Amino acid sequence: MKKLLLGNAAFARGLYEGGCKFISSYPGTPSTEITEEAAKYSEIYAEWAPNEKVAMEAAFGASVAGARSFCGMKHVGLNVAADPLYTAAYTGVNGGMVIAVADDPGMHSSQNEQDSRHHAIASKVPMLEPSDSQECRDFVMEAFEISEKFDTPVIVRTSTRIAHSQSVVECGDRTERELYEYKKNPQKYVMMPAYAKGRHVFVEERTAKLTEFAETSALNRTEINPGTRMGIITSGASFQYAKEALGETVSYLKLGMVNPLPVKLIQEFAARFDEVIVIEELDDVIEAHCRYIGVNARGKEIFGYTGEISQTVIAEKLLGKKNDIISLDENIPVRPPVMCAGCPHRGVFYALSKNKITVSGDIGCYTLGAVAPLNSMDWTVCMGASVSALHGYNKVLGEKSEKRSVAVIGDSTFMHSGITGLVNIAYNSTNSTVIILDNSITGMTGHQQNPTTGMNLKGDPAAAVNLEELCRAVGIKRVRVVDPYKLGETEKAVLEELEADEPSVIISRRPCALLKYVKHNPPLKVDTDKCKGCKMCLKLGCPAVSIVNGKAVINHTQCVGCGICAELCKFDSIVNQ
Amino acid sequence: METKSVMIVGVGGQGSLLASRLLGNVILAKGYDVKVSEVHGMSQRGGSVVTYVKYGDRVYSPVIEKGEADVIISFEQLEAARWLPYLKKGGKIITSDQKLDPMPVITGAAEYPENLIDKIRGKGIDVTAVDALALAEEAGNAKASNVVLMGVVSQKTDFEEEVWQAALEQCVPPKFLELNKKAFELGKAAAK
Repeated sequence: MKKLLLGNAAFARGLYEGGCKFISSYPGTPSTEITEEAAKYSEIYAEWAPNEKVAMEAAFGASVAGARSFCGMKHVGLNVAADPLYTAAYTGVNGGMVIAVADDPGMHSSQNEQDSRHHAIASKVPMLEPSDSQECRDFVMEAFEISEKFDTPVIVRTSTRIAHSQSVVECGDRTERELYEYKKNPQKYVMMPAYAKGRHVFVEERTAKLTEFAETSALNRTEINPGTRMGIITSGASFQYAKEALGETVSYLKLGMVNPLPVKLIQEFAARFDEVIVIEELDDVIEAHCRYIGVNARGKEIFGYTGEISQTVIAEKLLGKKNDIISLDENIPVRPPVMCAGCPHRGVFYALSKNKITVSGDIGCYTLGAVAPLNSMDWTVCMGASVSALHGYNKVLGEKSEKRSVAVIGDSTFMHSGITGLVNIAYNSTNSTVIILDNSITGMTGHQQNPTTGMNLKGDPAAAVNLEELCRAVGIKRVRVVDPYKLGETEKAVLEELEADEPSVIISRRPCALLKYVKHNPPLKVDTDKCKGCKMCLKLGCPAVSIVNGKAVINHTQCVGCGICAELCKFDSIVNQ
Repeated sequence: METKSVMIVGVGGQGSLLASRLLGNVILAKGYDVKVSEVHGMSQRGGSVVTYVKYGDRVYSPVIEKGEADVIISFEQLEAARWLPYLKKGGKIITSDQKLDPMPVITGAAEYPENLIDKIRGKGIDVTAVDALALAEEAGNAKASNVVLMGVVSQKTDFEEEVWQAALEQCVPPKFLELNKKAFELGKAAAK
């Protein structure tokens, strides 16, 4: 049966057909749809964990129990889950355990451009890398086999162009598997020094066996075109770019297994050609390996370390070819992403912007508070860092920053890793003000449930964390809830909590305007007789409001009637239709 | 068949994902190899978004680069102009004449250029421009302007009517099917 499937959906298909029984993941672009799609199969138990570390530990437990298990995350999520990864590498598995990590070369939706292959190398865990949707499905199934055969978790690495491209997939049926029996074995599973020493020896032996496997596995294949003098070594999306740019004018070694890398296979391939070029995005992992095994290959001196490679980059760098380009002699204004019309985050950021508050930022839609016209973010690093970094900043600068700075963090990000930062604020005492932007969903990644929403991944009712009680329980006495659609009240709450002589939490509560269950008011309109064209409403950065011929205009297809522009207007010119 | 490259461009939230899925399913039904590359995540939030659709006997790269697109389908004028450098010489543009101010225009930091469609035509390019938003509202929902545009596209490409109808039934939830079929018909009529 042939289907047109997103790489992530094909990945989920591979999990299904491969008999996966347990999935625990945390959403992160571009990995999210693997878990969402897999959750649609009733044979698979699937959940959103509060963060990637919890997800991987849960998948490890499921593997020990004898099931084929999976956890998925984006590249930076693997940093969070690195702790269980590096030691699950020692324990190995019972049921097969597969980890998906999605890199984001070009940073379409990420805060850095790290290369996850380094985690595979450092943790000594095998890593496969598919180059289209068919391979996503096939490699996942192969990953389960490798996991069980070699007693190791296996990472499957994708990237944005593989995860978010649809291509044709030949699907099969699910093979249902009995659980492998769990047998108590502390030497294998209890990683204290005495036992871990033995397992480290096992890991080194396993790597040697996996390297042997890499020499002959069908995952790594050559494509020799007669008469060619250049050999290309590549993997993942780069293979597709190379094929399109160079076709049959070169020969290929396409690596489906990127850790451990084969030795003889590469040496023998390279020996056939006058020149060997490595085409890989981000770091020089394959190229450095080539040099290490005495193969003279070039790569990064041609393609560099940043951004994506493409067919035109390859054609230009290797063939000197350039496409003809048509363009207008016109200044085309940029169109950066913005907070949506009716976004509940806007009210909070307006209050922060107006009062020129220093903002310790975090990861989510609200990172868009950093851009014009709100310009209300001073730093953003990683999930949860808003809360912990504010504490350090305030500890150094004392009262003068405590009364002028806040942390902003979403509900899902707070559950992910903001809680521990808040514990630190209470325990080590700074008068920090933390604003939890509770929009009742994980927004940026496309509406995933989380522990505060009262619903689980399968759509069933679930226990909901009470944020107010949680904040009080860690030692914050001042906890208050505001509705960010009420601009005046929101600003008042921010200013009062900044003045307070103890730490406080403000929960800005209003569901994401894009949620299907949210009922919107009718769009507003401008009474042009009253509008003075003062442009005060533009300070909100709402995409539905603009100025035409000196007067405010509201785009009725975008406006959801949240009313904050009407509250801001001093001339009462924004009114109901 | 040599690989054909189609870009669908617009503003995050305008429904380019449904448009690309429709086209992808039409192409698959015709038995071609096909790749559809989408954008998810942050850039979806009201930013400039692009989807690549490529088909032929065998498609390798899922992305389209400057000077490579046979057709650009645009949901908005400024986006048609922004992505114009991606058009191949002799390629065509099918666009909605809708204008959506990007944030730099809203805040007054930049101006929305005038007469973009005429300026693109001035470069000798075959441009079909329709008022997709008005037609979508006529069909019953402004959000169906994506399907109106695909109705236009159906008249500018060689795929049969039945295949488009089947793709609509496959990609659109039953409760919105009638509305979208109407939007598609209005798009077809506007193309003539």
